[in-house]
Amino acid sequence: MAKEKKTLNLNFGPQHPAAHGVLRLILQLDGEVVEKADPHIGLLHRGTEKLIENKTYIQAVPYFDRLDYVAPMNQEHAFALAIEKILKLKVPARAKYIRVIFCEIGRILSHILNVTTQAMDVGALTPTLWGFEEREKLMGFYERVSGSRLHANYFRAGGVHKDLPAGLENDIDDFCNKFPKIIDDLETLLTDNRIFKQRNVDIGIVSKQDALDYSFSGVMLRGSGVAWDLRRSQPYDCYDDLEFKIPVGKNGDCYDRYLCRIEEMRESVKIIKQCLQNLPKGPIKTEDGKISPPPKKEIKQSMEALIHHFKLFTEGYRVEKDEIYTAVEAPKGEFGVYLISDGSSKPYKCKIRAPGFTHLQAMDHLIKGHMLADVPAVLGSMDIVFGEVDR
Amino acid sequence: MKNLEDLEKFINSELASKINNSFINHDSINLNIDHDELIDVVIFLKTNKETKFRQLIEITAVDYPENENRFKMVYLLLSHEYNKRIIIEYAIKEKDIISSITSIFPSANWMEREVFDMYGLNFKNHPDLRRILTDYGFEGYPLRKDFPLTGHNEVRYSEEEKKVIYEPVKLEQNYRNFDYESPWEGTKYIKEIKKS
Repeated sequence: MAKEKKTLNLNFGPQHPAAHGVLRLILQLDGEVVEKADPHIGLLHRGTEKLIENKTYIQAVPYFDRLDYVAPMNQEHAFALAIEKILKLKVPARAKYIRVIFCEIGRILSHILNVTTQAMDVGALTPTLWGFEEREKLMGFYERVSGSRLHANYFRAGGVHKDLPAGLENDIDDFCNKFPKIIDDLETLLTDNRIFKQRNVDIGIVSKQDALDYSFSGVMLRGSGVAWDLRRSQPYDCYDDLEFKIPVGKNGDCYDRYLCRIEEMRESVKIIKQCLQNLPKGPIKTEDGKISPPPKKEIKQSMEALIHHFKLFTEGYRVEKDEIYTAVEAPKGEFGVYLISDGSSKPYKCKIRAPGFTHLQAMDHLIKGHMLADVPAVLGSMDIVFGEVDR
Repeated sequence: MKNLEDLEKFINSELASKINNSFINHDSINLNIDHDELIDVVIFLKTNKETKFRQLIEITAVDYPENENRFKMVYLLLSHEYNKRIIIEYAIKEKDIISSITSIFPSANWMEREVFDMYGLNFKNHPDLRRILTDYGFEGYPLRKDFPLTGHNEVRYSEEEKKVIYEPVKLEQNYRNFDYESPWEGTKYIKEIKKS
């Protein structure tokens, strides 16, 4: 006699420590095997795109910090590049190098968070404690340059807001010398760890074809063996002048993605060191008074500077009618901005392409047939941050 | 296919009757097509070995309330092999039903759901057309230009009812949208004085 099959519906979240935010995942279980996963997202939806349509270009920048809030400056970068391309702005070399330094710091911030919390999801607490100490130092750098640990609002169309304060270069360099040791320490805890491997090897395998079909990008794509990195294939700012390797995975499972992230952190450290060595002198933003505000000193002396300052912070600068899609390699994948300007000082439309959105979409496909306990492992290796998924 | 111009010519010659207009802007090809040709064009771009646009990057819509065909649909594709980007666009009316491309790109699923959620455009042959980002039971389409920025409802926890309740938005001060534009040219009356 055939046994009657019973499926159990389980609500995973919206408040669950392993959901990395507010994800409501409705799981259909047959015993412990997941048959179907239906992610309900949007619990952190703030209408970012609508808000940006109602703000000037300068006012729109902080909204990008609040998307993927563990690597804020990488997002600002995409927006700044989009405006620069439409306005055909020349960005000073120093600004390009500073932006790349902070993008790579953002990458390390994001990868530390992801690697260590993924370890926590599968049962290891120590990496989180060790990793977060380093994140604290990196956020210190953020604070010294922008005044804020997380929501930096630092990149501008045409450069960055302020020059590096005295001594910061040395401190970042100092960090770069010490940090590889910390990565080694993290690796001794995780890479050969029996439990960590049991929980991650051969779990959530993404084939090359799946990675393409499901619009994966970043580590999710590279972990499956597709050598694709926008920093290399469509270089922006000064990535062209820098030497770095692109780590590529083999099996496309959670463990390979973890290894990719570890290697990427090492490469990021190298990139930062190269940038610091070659950091040119000079201005840090475009000197076009119609785009970037004049220095405070000039405002007190020059009428023209005063008018520019006033106009920039009331009306904002205007961007001619155009459409553009610009993408950067954010820590989580291809982060893109599809910007439509209409000649006024506010964007007509600003569509944000968040990598996490497409990654999470494949949850159902990846988790089918896995055990319930694998859900946090797969979710963790996807590197989901709800700020950008829900926008 | 080495450069964008050649690729654009190639696509134009292969899909001649299906393309209304094409141009190159900011390192990507823009194709303007008719709504009915979408499926054919996407399949061609994905499968042809000279194009290989095998990844769908994004689907979105743009609202132009003053146009007869109010919405513009936008599809962004990427070819890893040739390192090229392409943008497919077409204009549609509010009531038109769009063919879903989920059977070609599985990742179109959520992107189309988002367009449905934000702009209220309908898709046919979509496996699971539900709202995605907005709240359960939400009404209206937030990214349309006629949707107010402040929205219609707000939520709060009610101590009397012991649950979260929805109320119409009450603002202590209306949203202030100052018009700063006009400026560098000077005000009108100065020009008029100069003329006379």
